[in-house]
Amino acid sequence: MQSLATQTMTTSPDISTRRDQLELDGSAPVLSVTNLTKSFGNRKVLNGLSLSVNRGETIAVLGRSGTGKSVLLRIIIGLAKPDSGEVCIHGQNIAGLSMDQLGEFRKKMGFLFQHAALYDSLTVGENVAFPLDHHRRGMAQSEKTERVRQLLSEVGLERDAGKMPSDISGGMQKRAGLARALALEPEILLLDEPTAGLDPISSGEIDDLVLKLQREHNMASIVVTHDMYSAKTIANRLAILDKGQVVIEGTFKDLQASNIEFVQEFLSHA
Amino acid sequence: MGIVSDFFEWFGSLGVFFWQVLKAAVTPPYEWRELIRQLDEVGSKSLPLVATAGAAIGAVLSMEARSSLSRFGAKAMLPSAIVYSVVLEMGPIITGLVVSGRVGAGIGAELASMKVTEQIDAIEASAINPYRLLAATRILACILMLPLLTLAADATGVFSGWLTQTLVEPVSLRQFINGGFAGATFNDFLPPTFKTAVFGLIVGLIACFQGMRTRGGAEGVGRAATNSVVLASLFVILADVVLVKFIQVFFP
Repeated sequence: MQSLATQTMTTSPDISTRRDQLELDGSAPVLSVTNLTKSFGNRKVLNGLSLSVNRGETIAVLGRSGTGKSVLLRIIIGLAKPDSGEVCIHGQNIAGLSMDQLGEFRKKMGFLFQHAALYDSLTVGENVAFPLDHHRRGMAQSEKTERVRQLLSEVGLERDAGKMPSDISGGMQKRAGLARALALEPEILLLDEPTAGLDPISSGEIDDLVLKLQREHNMASIVVTHDMYSAKTIANRLAILDKGQVVIEGTFKDLQASNIEFVQEFLSHA
Repeated sequence: MGIVSDFFEWFGSLGVFFWQVLKAAVTPPYEWRELIRQLDEVGSKSLPLVATAGAAIGAVLSMEARSSLSRFGAKAMLPSAIVYSVVLEMGPIITGLVVSGRVGAGIGAELASMKVTEQIDAIEASAINPYRLLAATRILACILMLPLLTLAADATGVFSGWLTQTLVEPVSLRQFINGGFAGATFNDFLPPTFKTAVFGLIVGLIACFQGMRTRGGAEGVGRAATNSVVLASLFVILADVVLVKFIQVFFP
């Protein structure tokens, strides 16, 4: 039986072509979330959150700890299910799909975990090759090796392919995680605290890398961060969350011009 | 009340987990490479331990049975007593328990560590089904390898039983084997060997389940490894009771 995901993706080619055109010229979002709610026990983490991101655009999501920023990314990639609301990729709602049905959508997304989450029994090179081994089974080994070399070169780790994750620094682990996230050439990049726990120089390197990747790959990106400097550097738009909702969304200048007390307080401490 | 509800919650979650693994196992893509790696991990690497445990049990049985049978003047039955004890029960249960210790702890700790460091989430985020890649391959490896390991334990058990016997009262191996297997049919030996596939299912399923539901850092990893071994060993022994009765009824 054809999976629901495949069915929805293959129906109405005219509509999907028109949508592709709209996404390309930025009129339609590649990814949108609408009225998301999520509770853990009695604690409501997301309370009607809505957000969208266009192709080639980066949005930084900021907010206090525990306001559901990482939960938002986990819901988008399907690692957590929302209590209600929609997550649309290319206009198709993926909330509530099963693991296998989500597969086709997940291949379009790259996810950088907060602690990189590299497979500790594999070398850096094998980590980057992992998605290719599973989703590009027909790819020749030489082609795969070249692709891994190219990805590692993009993040400046071409000489570290044979090292184990435990033998490299936190910043290098994040870069390796980023290379792995890019392996399947995603259209959407989700970054969870890409600069957390790094020194200012390593943070700057990650920011530069994200900017370079955006220029070269034209992806839609959502960056969850506490680092206002990083957010200003890499994002076109910033969204501040409070009590599970977006309080304000716009450029850094829009945020600075805001009269909202929480936003002013947040910026003054950032 | 809390313990009772926890007990039912655990069984319910185990059932759901088993269903997820079963669904993932029978649908493509099949993870052959990981399965072969796990067959090696569960089979080849457990072989020395299982063979040694089998040999020790064979030697102990030989010494104990010799002393007991001598009292009743039935020393001639010694080869049969050793062979039947080893092949029908001691070989399978010792293999089940040794594997639940070595493999159960290994799988439980490995998957728990992957879970708390978000590696399992990373696998899922890469559009790879972790039930298929991690759980189905490990459980299948346990199911396939347990009967083979049992044969190894049986062989070393019977051999060391003969060796212990022949050190006291020399008898040729051929004579010992002929005497031990006199009148035996495949019906006597195949069901007890293949029942260990069920032990394999229990060890693999419980270890994967405990590992993949872990929470809470290093302490959680330790707890998952301990619980995997304790629960797998307990359920192997309990399943043995049911399986022995089942075999007696259906393979008399």
